[in-house]
Amino acid sequence: MGATPEHHTGGEDPNRRDFIHIAATVAAVGAVGGLAWPFIDQMNPAADTLALASVEFDLSKVELGQQVVIKWRGKPLFIRHRTGKEIAAAIKDDNAALRDPQTDEERHKAGKAEWLVLIGTCTHLGCVPTFGGGDFGGWFCPCHGSHYDTSGRIRKGPAPKNLAVPEYTFLSDSKVKVG
Amino acid sequence: MSGHSNYEPKSGFEKWLDVRLPIIRFGHDTIVDFPTPKNLNYWYTFGGILALCLGIQIVTGIILAMHYVAHVKFAFDSVEHIMRDVNYGWLIRYVHANGASMFFLAVYVHMFRGLYYGSYKAPREVLWLLGCVIYLLMIITAFMGYVLPWGQMSFHGAVVITNLIGAIPVIGQSITTWLWGGFAVDNPTLNRFFSLHYLLPFMIAGVVALHIWALHVPGNNNPTGVDVKSKEDTVPFHPYYTVKDGFAISVFLLMFAAFVFFNPNALGDAVNYVPANPLVTPAHIVPEWYLLPFYAILRAVPDKLMGVIFMGGAIAMLFLLPWLDTSKVRSMRYRPTARLYFFIFVVVTLVLGYCGGQLPDNKIIPGLTTFQVIDADLNSVVWLSRMATAYYFAYFLIILPVLGLTETPLPQPESISEPVLSHPANAPAGAAASPEKRG
Repeated sequence: MGATPEHHTGGEDPNRRDFIHIAATVAAVGAVGGLAWPFIDQMNPAADTLALASVEFDLSKVELGQQVVIKWRGKPLFIRHRTGKEIAAAIKDDNAALRDPQTDEERHKAGKAEWLVLIGTCTHLGCVPTFGGGDFGGWFCPCHGSHYDTSGRIRKGPAPKNLAVPEYTFLSDSKVKVG
Repeated sequence: MSGHSNYEPKSGFEKWLDVRLPIIRFGHDTIVDFPTPKNLNYWYTFGGILALCLGIQIVTGIILAMHYVAHVKFAFDSVEHIMRDVNYGWLIRYVHANGASMFFLAVYVHMFRGLYYGSYKAPREVLWLLGCVIYLLMIITAFMGYVLPWGQMSFHGAVVITNLIGAIPVIGQSITTWLWGGFAVDNPTLNRFFSLHYLLPFMIAGVVALHIWALHVPGNNNPTGVDVKSKEDTVPFHPYYTVKDGFAISVFLLMFAAFVFFNPNALGDAVNYVPANPLVTPAHIVPEWYLLPFYAILRAVPDKLMGVIFMGGAIAMLFLLPWLDTSKVRSMRYRPTARLYFFIFVVVTLVLGYCGGQLPDNKIIPGLTTFQVIDADLNSVVWLSRMATAYYFAYFLIILPVLGLTETPLPQPESISEPVLSHPANAPAGAAASPEKRG
């Protein structure tokens, strides 16, 4: 081994030493990075938290024109039984200047315009908006004054997004499963 | 810590220890024989008061942690258990809760003093930065501590503040979920806040040690802002300042005790005596008084992300201050124009604090309905917040940089001793001179 000249120059072998330094540094950074991940990831939702996925709800409990608030994944869930007037107002504003443009059609299940299922936290800073308030008759956030319309779309105030629609399915005409 | 040490170990044990771990020498050089400017006024005793505050918070906090349960089902009741059943639990909790307010009161005096006398200027920039780090850690610690009793204000305060992080584009929501440990503020959040609330004060203590180290290398600034020129300008820390600080601490403790014993809930919010309920938001969410100015800045901006940026920027200004103030003169005693703007700044921060405690649509002058200018109602808290926010940032970004270049400062004295010794009443006849005539 070592027939090439540079192998005979003893300590004068910068290339090989550099290689060892770089390789060792990369290995150390990789190891620290790899070891750090479990310590970061432990703060993400635990398995039992993720498992609390879905709730079923009987819609017949909600009177026309009312909403019921249930707790889902630690957050309030709004289930609103909209009147024809409220639906019409929402559809009429589909082409208004919306901050987070969405048509009313996109915010409920096909053919179920009277049922609105929304996550009840203001998209500004997470307060719970009050039912029926504000300039658009949908919801009003008392904390910093965000107004939502009867489709739960943001219309005025500091919130950047519409009230979120969770994943849900109709199990029957009067039963939904959220999550 | 720096320079020559006058410590002479006396007992056999001290001599033995001094060559192995010179910790007594270190203490002697730091708090006994440390040469300190002889003209420090009472604004300078708040450093000592702050050290005491940190000590009180750590001791009472360790005790409270022995009785508190960090679980959403038990947290609120465990605090009531401390108040009613634990021997002297009421006292220890009220000292801890009011201690946080006293801590912030003292740190604000300490910071405004630093602003006024230019304590952030060379060669004390690192000292100032470490102080800013301490202040930031204090805010985080106080916020997490406020969440622990799991009342309505605790819970919704935590919701609002953690939601601020969601304003970060793209990754904000993932980070928020990561911080929560779930889909909302819940038990995992409470648990980790408790863990961190216990940890951070010790980190504060560590940075305080660095802060004091960084103080003792260049030595104290002083009200004239003039460097120490000779031994004449200084006195040993002990007994001169230990006694002065001791007196100030006694007066401070009287006020502290007045709160704890006579009106312990004056600085808290009654809504926090309602157990947390994720389904109902209190009509008016407010932080503790010491964070109101930042809350007002957050609300002054009608956009979520920009509001968060402005609020963060308000604290970032403090970190940048040593490089924003261009004046060569340290103390505002010799900067009449800067002094005027400084006092306006003090008033503006108080106005912001007032605004943060009000509903945004409230009127400032109740009798007057509106004061309409174009499409802005200037008689509303939100517009007052906006104007105050504008001044807050202008002070750091415009006034201090420009003023340092344009202002003509008053003549400074040659030394710390000069204004005292040359005063006709203090000096021997014939030695009088008027400092303002020196150039």
